[in-house]
Amino acid sequence: MIKIKNLTKKFDQFVAINDLNFDVAEGEVLGFLGPNGAGKSTTMKVITGFLSPTAGTVEIDGHDILKNPIRAKSSIGYLPEGAPCYGDMSVSEFLSFIAKIRGFRNEEVYKRVQSVLNAVALHSVHQQSIDTLSKGFKRRVGLAQAIMHDPKVLILDEPTDGLDPNQKHQVRELIKNLAKDKIVIISTHILEEVSAVCSRAIIIDSGEIVADGTPTELESRSKYHHAVSVRFTENYNPRADLSELFGIGEIVEDENEIFTILSDTKEPIFNQISEVARSKNWPVAEFHVNRGQLEDVFRLVTSQSREGDR
Amino acid sequence: MNNLLIIFHRELRSYFATPLAYIFIVIFLITNGVFTFDLGGFYLRGQADLLPFFSFHPWLYLFMVPAIAMTLWADERKTGTIELLLTLPIKLSEAVFGKFLAAWALMGLALMLTFPIWITVNYLGDPDNGIIFAAYVGSWFMAGGFLAIGSCMSACTKNSVIAFILTVSICFTFVIMGSPILLNTFPEWIPQFVVDAFSALGFLPHFDSISRGVLDIRDFLYFTIFIAAWLLATAVVIEIKKGN
Repeated sequence: MIKIKNLTKKFDQFVAINDLNFDVAEGEVLGFLGPNGAGKSTTMKVITGFLSPTAGTVEIDGHDILKNPIRAKSSIGYLPEGAPCYGDMSVSEFLSFIAKIRGFRNEEVYKRVQSVLNAVALHSVHQQSIDTLSKGFKRRVGLAQAIMHDPKVLILDEPTDGLDPNQKHQVRELIKNLAKDKIVIISTHILEEVSAVCSRAIIIDSGEIVADGTPTELESRSKYHHAVSVRFTENYNPRADLSELFGIGEIVEDENEIFTILSDTKEPIFNQISEVARSKNWPVAEFHVNRGQLEDVFRLVTSQSREGDR
Repeated sequence: MNNLLIIFHRELRSYFATPLAYIFIVIFLITNGVFTFDLGGFYLRGQADLLPFFSFHPWLYLFMVPAIAMTLWADERKTGTIELLLTLPIKLSEAVFGKFLAAWALMGLALMLTFPIWITVNYLGDPDNGIIFAAYVGSWFMAGGFLAIGSCMSACTKNSVIAFILTVSICFTFVIMGSPILLNTFPEWIPQFVVDAFSALGFLPHFDSISRGVLDIRDFLYFTIFIAAWLLATAVVIEIKKGN
């Protein structure tokens, strides 16, 4: 359990995070979203005890990060932004160092290193020095070091940044597998990632929480939630057919001639539209319901607070 | 205590993982030889002692030690590994001390590898090996003083070249503090005890007496406190600057 109360961090006059309050429970995978400079990394640095907060408290598994830093830090596995590692060491040397610092001794060190090497598929390069590794491998070394002690709390700052799609997929699978009975917090600005791995998402902007909910809840805030998209086999304009229907909002046509019909009331409109389509014999090629786009919500909530500032 | 040893071990290994440690030791030994035999007139003096060898150490350390110390913290901050290190369940003091000890151990190793000169002097004459041993220890402690300054300067900046220059400047100040060059510039109205106190803060008076075989616990205490103070300053600087 992580409890964050009234957390504030200032750098001189600049307020990086302002009065954050949230709890994260076991089993939750929390996606931490926000535009660049919103305070994501700062929040993570404060939670992991690297920076001390200007005000407020962070409690990790019952231990206050300021009053009992060693105990609190023992429960955390942390991948800092950019996955920094000691480049002149080989992968297994580096991981053995982490294992020893994490309190493993003798054969346990070897066993733990082997098991994390397996978990992140690093066996092929374990004797190479970290400096010579590709970006994807380096990121995995960082992940390996974070999961070394099977921590209760896993905090990953942009774990898939700069990886290719296959590597992103691998890392996400890994996070999903780890997530059982753990707390995972990932910061990211890749929104598909949130839908893919997170059970909850918090969007912050200018150091404040502007949205908090499951990805589905957040998606439902989008104006595309329940919207129906239609593509026709021939040139056809559905506007006239729909003008009578209740609950229909704007109708948008994009450059691929796909019409997206928005729901005005946030209620499902699929049934009504499909009835119309059947009765009017629409030449339909494609017909589907949108869940709503997180990107849309992201832009909505982060631009709102900007305007509020002015 | 255990964490300290783990960090010490990691640091020491990383010196030897790159050519750094080897280059350092080789250059250290060559310069020592040049200083002792050419500039120090080791043979010409006709005395069976290592005074010419040790008397150049402050000047040798002035450039060699900052070269080792400059990366101690500057690199950690530059590469971001400081964030990794300080979010591990360790105390800041263990990290500061562990890193310092590793660099100090490297200095100790380099010093020990000058043993051929000790063999030479024992072959040629009959020196007082007690004095030589004390001088070796004294020299090592002085190197520790230089290193502790370097550790603090390295924590001040992400740029190791800046750390090097700062360390050399501050070390130079401490080297010349007790020397007549500086003391003669003091105006006469300054009371003698102030001048004495000032010159007692420098390295040379303490190191000179140790290298002559005067084993005064106060001289060792001076270096120990000096090291402790600069390492404390290192910790404070890291605490303040780690967020930037």
